[in-house]
Amino acid sequence: MTTTSEQLLDIKKIREDFPILHREINGKPLVYFDNAATSQTPKHVIDCIVDYYETKNANIHRGVHTLSQMATDAYEEAREKVRAHFNAKKAHEIIFTSGTTHSINLVANGYASVLQKGDEILVSAMEHHSNIVPWQMLCEKTGAILKVIPMSYHGELEMDTYKQMLNDKTKLVFVNHVSNALGTINPIEDIIHLAHAVGAKVLIDGAQSAPHIKADAQALDVDFYTVSAHKICGPTGVGMLYGKEDLLNMLPPYQGGGEMISEVTFEKTTYAGLPHKFEAGTPNISGGIAFGAALDYMNDVGFENIASYESELLKYATDEISKIEGVEIYGTSPEKKTAVLSFNIKGLHPYDIGTLLDKMGVAVRTGHHCAQPIMEFYKIPGTVRASFSFYNTIEEIDIFISALKKAKTMLL
Amino acid sequence: MSSKLKIQIKVNSIEERQEEIIEEFSMFEDWMQRYEYMIELGKSLPLIDEKFKTDDNIIKGCQSKVWVNAEFKNDNIKFTADSDAIITKGIVAILIRVFSDQKPEDIINAKTDFIDEIGLKEHLSPTRANGLVSMIKQMKMYAIAYNSQQNNKA
Ligand SMILES: Cc1ncc(COP(=O)(O)O)c(C=O)c1O
Repeated sequence: MTTTSEQLLDIKKIREDFPILHREINGKPLVYFDNAATSQTPKHVIDCIVDYYETKNANIHRGVHTLSQMATDAYEEAREKVRAHFNAKKAHEIIFTSGTTHSINLVANGYASVLQKGDEILVSAMEHHSNIVPWQMLCEKTGAILKVIPMSYHGELEMDTYKQMLNDKTKLVFVNHVSNALGTINPIEDIIHLAHAVGAKVLIDGAQSAPHIKADAQALDVDFYTVSAHKICGPTGVGMLYGKEDLLNMLPPYQGGGEMISEVTFEKTTYAGLPHKFEAGTPNISGGIAFGAALDYMNDVGFENIASYESELLKYATDEISKIEGVEIYGTSPEKKTAVLSFNIKGLHPYDIGTLLDKMGVAVRTGHHCAQPIMEFYKIPGTVRASFSFYNTIEEIDIFISALKKAKTMLL
Repeated sequence: MSSKLKIQIKVNSIEERQEEIIEEFSMFEDWMQRYEYMIELGKSLPLIDEKFKTDDNIIKGCQSKVWVNAEFKNDNIKFTADSDAIITKGIVAILIRVFSDQKPEDIINAKTDFIDEIGLKEHLSPTRANGLVSMIKQMKMYAIAYNSQQNNKA
């Protein structure tokens, strides 16, 4: 039996940290397999939010009073935690945002004043809409050209084609570290290295990798990296943009307002330095602090343990689901992806499967997963996506598989 | 013959059809039986003419495609429909049973509480991806269109 990682992790104890895992859905114990959309929140993080409002709530960076100082310190401590986690050189290279979408838009908006007509930007064929649309808008504004790095049927980027696409007109490259629809882990080291060789900058969308892989910004030499806290046990509405200091200094501010200025007259405003230049207005203070707490929690559990346990879950689920006739899995083999199982059953619509699974207490995602180009590629209306987290269990996969069989019998 | 036909139409008013459906659903003991029945209804929905599966007839629900076509015949609207998802098809089959071969005016004024009563309330949420609300809206829109056409002629 695959008990090694399970023992290593003490899943039973971990599950006790997550109050929501003990509730029922439609009269059945919840089996939550929609972790790639949003992860669940441990008590530690929930308590941190409560504690903030009960003991520290005040506006930050502007008050001389003690409470404001406390809130500011807690917020900046969280920034330092995020910096340490992603191994950025400096804390001010971490910009708190409302999440990945916001982070990407911030960069795209900034590049509107940098790019020129005829410049080329590359985006992978397996991006989330939030890593496609902002760049399309940027191209419309600047006259730059958006080109797509193709993928294979297995859901892997065609690196040879990528190499050929790069040239001295290439200014930016955008790829997700991990695909949300397929779970593929992309070879970002090579992608970054090759792009830098022609002088292009690289933004890696880390929304899906952050829950499974600890990315090292300096080792990767990545230019921009984005994360949403709600996918790594943190609260919704907060995330980060990592950017290299010189690039963040070069980009103009995204929004104007309080916090982001150093001096304002009606004639001229001078902007504040990093990170405040990009953090106009009162931020999600409790969210930022809880983001830090979520990283603490995940690091306590340990990313290596998480990765090995989740890959056991994925392997088991892949083996079991493959026994069901008519199942087609989209995306690479379990070795090259995170714990995401994207599939269809021949003759059945993902929506029907998802609806019946929900009736049996199993939460999965169905549809195009905000990655319509991928569905277009496979010529399917969507998939059923079960995505696992370190607090899921083999028993839950058994429940999922038997619910799936029942749904199939009902529908066929 | 014509008087008989009238009686039949009366027996089959929208409300009565709804009552009938409520009664059928009341016999089910759990969600499984309800869904099995809807799947059954979906499977037995008469095939729509392929030429009606146009983009104009598509109802925008984000996860499954639904086509609803309306024809005006003998003062009544005849609806036909299809969907690529079977549960959605079951839902639209229920709507067709209630609204098809009815007068535009009756369709416009019809209440839709019965959906609640047959335990499909969860499908009524506007954020739900199957677009039940949009289906009803679309059918009523057809009715409004035919109704104004009729009034203009008169
Ligand atoms: C790969 C990827 N990029 C971006 C996003 C958008 O993240 P958010 O909605 O938190 O901004 C997601 C979320 O589903 C994602 O999976």
